[in-house]
Amino acid sequence: MLATLVGLLGDFDRAEEAVQEAFAVAAERWPRDGVPPDPAGWLIVTARNRAIDRIRRERALAAKSRLLDGPEPIEDEIKDTRFPDERLELIFTCAHPALAVEAQVALTLRALGGLSTDQIARAFLVSEPAMTQRLVRAKRKIKQAGIPFRVPPPHLLPDRLASVLAVIYLIFNEDYDGRGELAGEAIRLGVALTELMSDEPEVHGLLALMLLNDSRRDARRRDGEIVLLADQDRSLWDWAQIAAGRAALARAEALNGRGPYALQAGIASLHAADRSDWPRIAALYDQLLLVTGSAVVELNRAAAVAEAEGPQAGLDAMEGLELDGYHYLHAARAELLRRLDREPEARDAYLRALDLVHSNSERRFLERRLAEVDTRAG
Amino acid sequence: MKYLMQIYQGEALEVWGRLSEEEQQAIAADYQALNQTPGVTPGEWLGSPDTATTVRVQDGQTLTTDGPFAETKEALGGYFLLEADDLDAAIEIASKVPATRYGGAVEVRPLVQY
Repeated sequence: MLATLVGLLGDFDRAEEAVQEAFAVAAERWPRDGVPPDPAGWLIVTARNRAIDRIRRERALAAKSRLLDGPEPIEDEIKDTRFPDERLELIFTCAHPALAVEAQVALTLRALGGLSTDQIARAFLVSEPAMTQRLVRAKRKIKQAGIPFRVPPPHLLPDRLASVLAVIYLIFNEDYDGRGELAGEAIRLGVALTELMSDEPEVHGLLALMLLNDSRRDARRRDGEIVLLADQDRSLWDWAQIAAGRAALARAEALNGRGPYALQAGIASLHAADRSDWPRIAALYDQLLLVTGSAVVELNRAAAVAEAEGPQAGLDAMEGLELDGYHYLHAARAELLRRLDREPEARDAYLRALDLVHSNSERRFLERRLAEVDTRAG
Repeated sequence: MKYLMQIYQGEALEVWGRLSEEEQQAIAADYQALNQTPGVTPGEWLGSPDTATTVRVQDGQTLTTDGPFAETKEALGGYFLLEADDLDAAIEIASKVPATRYGGAVEVRPLVQY
């Protein structure tokens, strides 16, 4: 609804204001007169009429002060209540790369997720005034810098779609270890996007990836502590969601999807089994490495190689990775060294990982492993 | 929408000196084409930052200092005005400025509309 109004009015603030007014009018009239047959259409018409009234009043005032000339362009009556779905235009505006990434994320949650400023502020651990400021600044830039409200033309689409997908995935990951609220919001956005852009393989790939990762949410923690994939209680996995994720992955593959999201979803799908198929997972990481060239992907690939071919092969594959400041590299090396009974080296690697780790639950996990190594080393 | 397109040379000036005459001519032709693009009002190249003078007025006194206003590493090298439909169109024009290919950048600023 907000998307439709932003489309009709060409202005975020006006649209938000008008929606609020329309809800206020509805709260007053619906209990008295009954709910209209097309409530959403009614709200949009009412909101639009309110906005037009307001624009009129502002123009009348402006005309009096001789600040504005030109004819009145706005139609009076609205007869057609079938409004176009303009969520897609709105999401491309919110995720425009000329906006800071934090602003893209906040704006998307506000405009498309319908979260309140206060809810977004709490999710990102900033104060409400700071989040309000961030949103105000973003909306001002959209207006003043002329960020368009439209689906980008074909030559810009690949880049811009990547930006939209990145915003949704950021929202999802912000909540990876959390209570699932933001993740649920990201999945809803992902579902909406598959309806709006059903021909884009990566749109299905992203949805598949989110559904598959989210399906293990309840199994990833036991009493607040991390449970590794191999040790997770399969009965806590959401198998209906895994099936939905695989269906989305199948749609991505049917569209020849070989982008980073589809590939990661493929890996997640292989993990969603009683035993992970490590050789196939390593092969998918090979492809993902070709697409992304990312050192983090190379580390994951090495971890898969370790499972498929043994710890020494994994260690060899980790050799020379430029990720010295990344605690997962040291944690992964430590684990493999531990399996090879090279306790002193494992100990050093655990200590290095502990130096770099931020999350408390990951710290406790590493400390438990370090204690095991120390016990074994005697 | 009207935009001020500000060209920062960055390393592009050093690179320029190392280019062959042919390459330099190609770049000059690119700037020429840019100036003839619809919506573009050509600007001028600016003298180097060390030729700048900054003027302030304090308590009615004019204070003049040597150098640019902000002591940043990068100073504005040139500019042009652009009339375009929206920011996407302005970004496309900005990406055609040769300096952006040689370590420079273009800052796109909307002009305030009344």
